[in-house]
Amino acid sequence: MSEDRPEVSEATPTAEDLKRMLTPAEEVPAEIRHNVLLTTVAKVVDPVYNWSRRWSMWPVMFGLACCAIEMICAVASRNDAARFGIEIMRASPRQADLMFVAGTVTEKMLPQVLRIYNQMAEPKYVIAMGNCAISGGPFAGSYSVVRGIDLYLPVDVYVPGCPPRPEALIYGVMQLQEKIKRQSILDVPWYGFGGEVDRTVAQDRRRR
Amino acid sequence: MKATQIFQQLKLQFGDAILSTAEDKWPVVYVKAERLPEVVAHLRDSPGLDFDLLSSVTAVDYEDRFETVYHLRSLKEGHTLVLKVRVSRDNPVVPSLTPLYQSANLQEREVYDFFGIRFEGHPNLKRLFLWEAFPGHPLRKDFRYTTSISYAEPPEHEQAREL
Amino acid sequence: MTTLKTEQFILNIGPQHPSTHGVFRMMVTLDGETIVDVDLVLGYLHRGVEKLAEGRTYLQSLPLTDRMDYICSMSNNLAYCTAVEALAGITVPERAEYIRVIMAELTRVVNHIVCIGFYLNDLGAYFTPVLYCLREREKILDLFEAASGSRMTCNYIRFGGVAQDLPEGWLDQCRKLMAGFPAFIDELEELLSTNEIFLARGRGIGVLPPDMAVNAGVTGPNLRASGVAYDVRKAHPYSIYDRFDFAVPTLRGCDCYDRYMLRILEIRQSLRILEQALRDIPAGEVQSKVPKALRPPEGDVYHAIEGPKGEFGFYLVSDGSVSPYRWHVRSATFINLTVLPYLCRGHKIADLIAILGSLDNVMGEVDR
Repeated sequence: MSEDRPEVSEATPTAEDLKRMLTPAEEVPAEIRHNVLLTTVAKVVDPVYNWSRRWSMWPVMFGLACCAIEMICAVASRNDAARFGIEIMRASPRQADLMFVAGTVTEKMLPQVLRIYNQMAEPKYVIAMGNCAISGGPFAGSYSVVRGIDLYLPVDVYVPGCPPRPEALIYGVMQLQEKIKRQSILDVPWYGFGGEVDRTVAQDRRRR
Repeated sequence: MKATQIFQQLKLQFGDAILSTAEDKWPVVYVKAERLPEVVAHLRDSPGLDFDLLSSVTAVDYEDRFETVYHLRSLKEGHTLVLKVRVSRDNPVVPSLTPLYQSANLQEREVYDFFGIRFEGHPNLKRLFLWEAFPGHPLRKDFRYTTSISYAEPPEHEQAREL
Repeated sequence: MTTLKTEQFILNIGPQHPSTHGVFRMMVTLDGETIVDVDLVLGYLHRGVEKLAEGRTYLQSLPLTDRMDYICSMSNNLAYCTAVEALAGITVPERAEYIRVIMAELTRVVNHIVCIGFYLNDLGAYFTPVLYCLREREKILDLFEAASGSRMTCNYIRFGGVAQDLPEGWLDQCRKLMAGFPAFIDELEELLSTNEIFLARGRGIGVLPPDMAVNAGVTGPNLRASGVAYDVRKAHPYSIYDRFDFAVPTLRGCDCYDRYMLRILEIRQSLRILEQALRDIPAGEVQSKVPKALRPPEGDVYHAIEGPKGEFGFYLVSDGSVSPYRWHVRSATFINLTVLPYLCRGHKIADLIAILGSLDNVMGEVDR
């Protein structure tokens, strides 16, 4: 019987030992991270919740530069984005779900962009539209241009182009809708169940 | 009026305030900085010259001096003129043309913002495009890029000159 | 009777605002609802284009010009290319000149209908006029896309001509579209020009006296609506504009309504030029031989064109190398904004928005 017992050292376990012993060797799957009641309720609520959210994304009326004109074209006559749920652009960020960062973000404008993002009520999403919002675009070498809004905001969809066609922007919205379809109440950051915002792209570009 | 006639009239009227004249694509007059408002007032008000539209106010940084450049047009007579004023780089001060032409108002603020040239007599000489705490004047040739954000790769500038 | 103690207060409008036509900020000093002063805060879209261009070759700076006044990119290209051609002494073949005129006038039409649509947006007719105007604009953008590859930032007009020849059938498509355009302008006028509310919101608002306008350097439709007949195409002709028969309309009212009306008249004149150009365009080459790394001789030049918003010019200084030594843009809207505080004094906030809409500003051009 004594041969079956594992070797235990006589010394008191240190904090590192405890941490090593208590960390699971494998990632805990999402389904069993929360309790059974929550996950069952989420299974029923999620499809309805995501369906209603993704077919009614109202962006904040916020355009910076040339991409704003293509954004307006995307919601105007020929490419009617209202077919996809973008019924109205809300002038007040508090009533909006989505922010198109459409155009070059300059250092002077950056605090205002962040302020508007902070004023939006969750759930909120950001689409970086155009090369300037993704990485600074044609103006990236300038002394007053921010090289991409994802250094400051969590961007959900990047729509490249200079400017992207309205159809490309609507495709970007469709990708966002797919992303929302895959989300769950238990995973998103704004309900306090422990989800996290994905910032991996911006980490590499910012010098510490 | 032909360019040579304009030059003659100005030289007669102002003598040594006119440093030199040239005629390239536009007729150019180099004026002494202190006498600039008088010369421009004469150009605007005297009949026959009637330069009533100040099209453009800008500046150029040559390595040893600044030059402010003014483009004047006459809507009545149809002629055009360029005025250039040489200023030293150490203490660049030029009299403002805002009391004579309102169109110089925002343009002189822009030149102050980008070059640091002070315009005496301007009602509101503040930075226009950049914020108050911006370090330096960006369009000077010795301006080094300082962005308030540090990026992983250095800014690309002056790489095209290698072509 | 006690007198009320009142104070003026400062209202901040912008930079994010549905009616400021971009990232434009104003600090408005109000006495009750009446405007006392307007302080402009610019620079929210300042991208440092003038410094960027000093580090690039002349050709590499061409896409930067598209993105300044982003609604009229062909006009901006034309202004830059004519300035560089004046500096370097490059000639342009006949067919290319006609194509440039066609593109420039189509851009003028596009700009004016967008301006009218957004002006009505500002007045409160939220979105229906914009939808009508953008419907027509899309048809013209199809033409731009067929010729250059891009709807908006075309980068089509190059030094010595245009980038490539027009595709087959482009000219017929353009003729067909222009034949149908007067009907659209008539429809717009029928809905708007005698509309009681539109007249009440425009007549007498933002009166710009002509001598103040000239002194402030205002050019373009804003100047011509104040009665001054200054159009760079007639005063200092460039390209082949001296061959076309067109009028320069002016109006006497100097107010917002007249600025709208003048744009309608200018669209009609542009259609006239387009008809003549589409009729007379010859066959031939579309670009003369220009080295990619252009080295213009030393010197400087200021060349301006009549852009849709006013006199749009470039001041270029060359030191003989591949990059410009100084690259400056004389942007029409930036200087037009000088008069905004003057126009708004004594009016109400709603009138300020209307005046700003009638001045037709685009922040890419103002802030560069």
